[in-house]
Amino acid sequence: MSEGFRVAYFPGCTLKTDARDFESSALAVARALGIEVAELSRWNCCGTVYSLDAVNLMPRLASVHNLIRAEEEGFSEIMTLCSMCYNTLKQTNNLFTSKNNGLAAINDFLCLKPGYSGRVKIYHFLEFLREKIRPEQVKNLVVSPLDGVAVAPYYGCLLLRPKEIAIDDPEKPEILTPILSALGAKVIDFPLNNECCGAYQTAMHQEAVVRRTYRIINSAQSEGADMIAVSCPLCHYNLSALQGLVRSTHPGLKAMPILYFTEVMARAMGLDYRTGVRVIPQDVAAAEARLRPSPNDPGREAVK
Amino acid sequence: MKIILGNSHPQSLFAQRIEALSRQKLFACYQCGKCSSGCPMAESMDLLPNRVIREAQLNNEPALMSCRAVWFCSSCFACAVRCPKGIDIARIMEAVRTLQMMDGKSITEKPSCEDNGTLPQIALISHFRKFNM
Ligand code: SF4
Ligand code: SF4
Repeated sequence: MSEGFRVAYFPGCTLKTDARDFESSALAVARALGIEVAELSRWNCCGTVYSLDAVNLMPRLASVHNLIRAEEEGFSEIMTLCSMCYNTLKQTNNLFTSKNNGLAAINDFLCLKPGYSGRVKIYHFLEFLREKIRPEQVKNLVVSPLDGVAVAPYYGCLLLRPKEIAIDDPEKPEILTPILSALGAKVIDFPLNNECCGAYQTAMHQEAVVRRTYRIINSAQSEGADMIAVSCPLCHYNLSALQGLVRSTHPGLKAMPILYFTEVMARAMGLDYRTGVRVIPQDVAAAEARLRPSPNDPGREAVK
Repeated sequence: MKIILGNSHPQSLFAQRIEALSRQKLFACYQCGKCSSGCPMAESMDLLPNRVIREAQLNNEPALMSCRAVWFCSSCFACAVRCPKGIDIARIMEAVRTLQMMDGKSITEKPSCEDNGTLPQIALISHFRKFNM
């Protein structure tokens, strides 16, 4: 991992559009913690969901191009915020370090000389926080402690599975616990915190995803959660934007605020990060407003 | 009827293709059902994940080439981290999807995003990656 707290950053498409609050809050938090974040000057979509086809190289090329660019810019490691980008880049990179070495095939395929070395390391911001930042450092920066607010971290799939890329125990993830505790939150452990939200099925089989969303939010709510903290824009969309649909079949479910973990941090640290981009249902925005850690926090606009 | 299991049997061509595409050992599966019990999409599937493996072992090409279950798999790897035999079922689901797509059976329904226009890129691109060739 980088010395001197300088990290190369791969944003990914969604962090520049729907998830802009995720990026802005993470950058604000990083700055406050003294971490210098350098965005890659050229990057493209990570390719999203890693292809599981053992034969076809094509779906891996988007990720490979990013790894090559990082190397060209002299970076030996890249940090991501989006769980999907982390997963896809890391799995692609593992293709080059595992024993069935795909590096030569990829370099031949792309006519690259000297070609990609396979040596760039991929990190998620949460790993960086765990390894480089002590919880007390976070605590010292808190101006509006989350006293009494029950936050349920939801990890989903992409930070935990497959095992080779897991940043934490796939069955009992806890990497967010020290951070949320440092903010003064009551951390809620709930049984569905590592279960899939339905992911990209949201574009095709929305009803199936709505069933997942209900179960996950209901599980967190039953354990007493006031809000759910996520690190994936796809989880965010499924858990937040689909809540209206969930409540049409489960009217008893209370509105559940869904925030990126970096937003929770930024709010407690009193950092302004809002970009005004997020589209969240009105009742979710209202529930979120009730949880504001300080009267100075203006909250977000509900735009839907 | 005598059923012969194993990927060296000349009649097990379909099973062999799945093994080649997924690089997984189909015949290591002893049908414990752990993959299906933890599968988040199981309730939407017409064949549970362990049944997909079983039909592949039995070289049941018609059953797998027409099953809808693989289109509901969200590649969450819950099955893969839990399988006591170390089988990555998610890769087998992908292999069956690929074979169906090569056979012109890809799902052709429009994504629901075209109706509401609010899907984030991460959902759209993933959708195009998984459901089209
Ligand atoms: S968990 Fe593994 S061994 Fe058990 S049924 Fe599923 S694939 Fe077979
Ligand atoms: S990867 Fe697919 S088959 Fe396996 S548990 Fe997840 S949804 Fe079910």
